[in-house]
Amino acid sequence: MGELFLSTLKISAFTFGGGYVIVPLMRKRFVEELNWIDEQEMLDLISVSQSAPGPLAVNAALMVGYRMAGIPGALLAVLGTALPPLLIISVLSFFYRQFRDNAYVSAVMGGMQAGVAAVISNVVLDLGNGVLKSKNLLSIAVMAGVFVAVYFFRVNIFWVILLCALLGLVGGMFRARGTKAAGPKEEEE
Amino acid sequence: MIYWQLLWSMIQIGLLSIGGGYVAIPLIQEQIVTLHGWLSLTEFTDIITIAEMTPGPIALNAATFVGMRMAGIPGALIATLGCILAPCIIVLLLAKLYYKYRNLNAIQYILSGLRPAVVAMIASAGVSIVMLAFFTKGVLPHTLHDVRFLSIGIFALGLFALKRWKVSPLLVMGGSGLIGLVVYLVIGVGGY
Repeated sequence: MGELFLSTLKISAFTFGGGYVIVPLMRKRFVEELNWIDEQEMLDLISVSQSAPGPLAVNAALMVGYRMAGIPGALLAVLGTALPPLLIISVLSFFYRQFRDNAYVSAVMGGMQAGVAAVISNVVLDLGNGVLKSKNLLSIAVMAGVFVAVYFFRVNIFWVILLCALLGLVGGMFRARGTKAAGPKEEEE
Repeated sequence: MIYWQLLWSMIQIGLLSIGGGYVAIPLIQEQIVTLHGWLSLTEFTDIITIAEMTPGPIALNAATFVGMRMAGIPGALIATLGCILAPCIIVLLLAKLYYKYRNLNAIQYILSGLRPAVVAMIASAGVSIVMLAFFTKGVLPHTLHDVRFLSIGIFALGLFALKRWKVSPLLVMGGSGLIGLVVYLVIGVGGY
């Protein structure tokens, strides 16, 4: 429990540059270091978090907390995630103009932005490679299509999730029907 | 009473912000600036800038800031609570459903459709962040003047360290900030 709280606290304190930055941080901590969940489950948690309203970081932390320790774990993880921004912004609200216009702060932020870019690129390369290596044509097509829809056409993620869930369901049922003739068989995922 | 108004506004923002932090910004603006006039548009723009410069979800940062300005520390607490209340209840329900039914074939099919989609969403956010880091205007530049060579260098170094030495992402982010500061102190270039 303590591990959970401290992990979410630390991850939240470093989530610069938007919600998705928690993905590499969560993967490092919960998948690689603590071995609490695997990569597939992490992607599932992100999918579920994305289907609900609210900040991704809070939702995803709640999912991990719930997985590890039920409702108390979920609440603790949310507290860990909400605390750093609450403290930092409360303090900053007194002198936010000076903070914003400070050249040193700006220099640190400039460097950090490049670091964040490297961190998220690294996780995208790994995850993208995973999808390509699965050699599942539907998955690869979904990945390419969603990227174009979200990056170039700024389609709201809610609709994307709805459509992809449907596509997955129909595609899966189609495949299941194809393999039924050859007897009951394990799914490939 | 200001606390109730604040709480109710934040609950609405939390409930309606489906699909990422940037969806929340216009919602917050609507509630805070247009509807209640709690902050001026300039103050609101400041908040978004600060929210982007500090860690944590943008919606939570903005909520804390508004709460703090309106009613001090209790305001900040109430605003944060309001912002996450509805999402937490909904996600808790979804979490229960996920862990109960995730082994069903139908759910497995749905999730197998969603996983590559999530990878693509992360990739889309990633490309936006890389563009912002590399070019001053966040889009492909017309002149070399808009290219941030320092950032590209830090990026390359960071990616190499992550891939080759498997260093922690936190170390890469902290180290990058430090490099940014040192370079600024020594030769006076850099910045956000």
